[in-house]
Amino acid sequence: MKDIINVISDPPILFTLLVIILFTSFKYSEIFWSGKAMIVVGVSSVLFFIVSLFDENFLLIVTKPDNVPIVGLIFLIFFFTWLAMWQAVNNDKRIAAGKPVMEAEIEPNRVIVWPDLVYIELIALTLTLVLLIGWSVLLEAPLEQPANPANSPNPSKAPWYFLGLQELLVYFDPWIAGVLLPGLCVVGLMAIPFIDKNPKGNGYYSFAERKMAISIFIFGWLLLWILLIVIGTFLRGPNWNFFGPYEYWDVHKLEPLVNINLSEIVYIKWFGVGLPNNWFLREIFGIGILLAYFMITPLILTKKYFSDLFLKLGIGRYAIFIALLLLMVSVPIKMYLRWLFNLKYILAIPEIFFNI
Amino acid sequence: MTENVPNRSEIEVPIEETKGETVVKTEPPKPVKKQVDRRSFFSWMGLAWLSFTAATLGMAAAIGRFFFPNVLFEPPLTFKAGYPEDYIIGAVDERFKESFGVWLVRNSEGIFALSTVCTHLGCTPNWLGAEAKFKCPCHGSGFYKTGINFEGPAPRPLERYMISYAEDGQILVDKNRKFQYEKGQWKDPDSFLKV
Repeated sequence: MKDIINVISDPPILFTLLVIILFTSFKYSEIFWSGKAMIVVGVSSVLFFIVSLFDENFLLIVTKPDNVPIVGLIFLIFFFTWLAMWQAVNNDKRIAAGKPVMEAEIEPNRVIVWPDLVYIELIALTLTLVLLIGWSVLLEAPLEQPANPANSPNPSKAPWYFLGLQELLVYFDPWIAGVLLPGLCVVGLMAIPFIDKNPKGNGYYSFAERKMAISIFIFGWLLLWILLIVIGTFLRGPNWNFFGPYEYWDVHKLEPLVNINLSEIVYIKWFGVGLPNNWFLREIFGIGILLAYFMITPLILTKKYFSDLFLKLGIGRYAIFIALLLLMVSVPIKMYLRWLFNLKYILAIPEIFFNI
Repeated sequence: MTENVPNRSEIEVPIEETKGETVVKTEPPKPVKKQVDRRSFFSWMGLAWLSFTAATLGMAAAIGRFFFPNVLFEPPLTFKAGYPEDYIIGAVDERFKESFGVWLVRNSEGIFALSTVCTHLGCTPNWLGAEAKFKCPCHGSGFYKTGINFEGPAPRPLERYMISYAEDGQILVDKNRKFQYEKGQWKDPDSFLKV
């Protein structure tokens, strides 16, 4: 059983499984986001967690002071995602039955703020403070020896909130994973209210009315951000090798990860010739693939799937939307290419520090 | 219930009236202070701005001073690394890793000095003797003994430093000059010490 879980938590399998589960849950939203489903999944995951604590490797990684917040984060994220989706699905049923949404029944056309929300916020604030004080008293700070540039801890982990980015850095050049992608996350999130003019869902939860927006957001948030933090925290061990949750952190674990660039695959493996000296000639296939991805896929997508959306949004909004969408999808594509084919870079020009 | 409404408004009216009365009755007392004239106001303001600017400049200068410390606890960029006989053929020598950030590697032809800075994001890789590779603990980049990158995200090989003989026959490593493989600089005779 432990071995099976170790194998399943290998990033490509884990990621694929979660993508399938997530999109099935969107398809059958009434079953997956019901109260019963919450109880079943919640209880079984808590049980799974408690039983797993008897495994010493699992106990060690989960109770590390650095990692405790991530354990809480998994459960909290799961609960609040469910809470929002549960309300959305309930409202969908009401809308389908011709009834007003839940929020409208409490106070039509208004959001109750005083005293309801303000009191809730006050209580939440106080409880958070109590929790933080209790936490800081009970758990010791994970301090280490004075910094020494010649001695990097193995594994060297960023603070937990950066571990998603550190995981991205495994697949991308530093300037892409560290600057471009997080920058695009921020810019993209800021752009949402300008791209998305749909007035539905204002002031109330609903899934059926905003299927695409919610699916894209939850995919990016849960799988490209939270999951990467979880992988980086629990499943990356010495030498940044991958370790299953019950696996011993062996410093000498040997994983064959010999990566090659696209240019090497094309010229050496397929054509059987050496790499050209000119970097433009060498990377011409990578350039072609990237151009095709960013120029031709939007045309196909627009014609086949998004023609309504194109008319609704207009060319400017639509262009930004499709560019952001393609960039977001390119992240898991690149990760899969690395996992499955050990492809290092599609476009590798170390001469000018440009690798994609 | 309906009777209460006019009652309220009756009460409110006298309150407004009293408010109006108090405003008329209590006039603010005339200031006894000396009036500040226009000229002295501007001169005081000028003085205040001048001193503020001076203080800001002083602080900027003090901060700037921090960039030039009196003592720099950095190892010198050139160092002598003993004699070639001290190095075993086929071994990676880590004795200067901590003090100078250099691995000295000897192969059958000679010795070269590898930088201990990972070309991906600048962590310090570890030499894993059993697997015969440098492995970075930050993102898993791996390098062969030669410094060539072969796994993980590192886009280019480790850099080499200039290496030569000093007058006394010792090895002299000079970190002022570095040699990058992808630029074809490893062919430079200064990047390699023939033994």
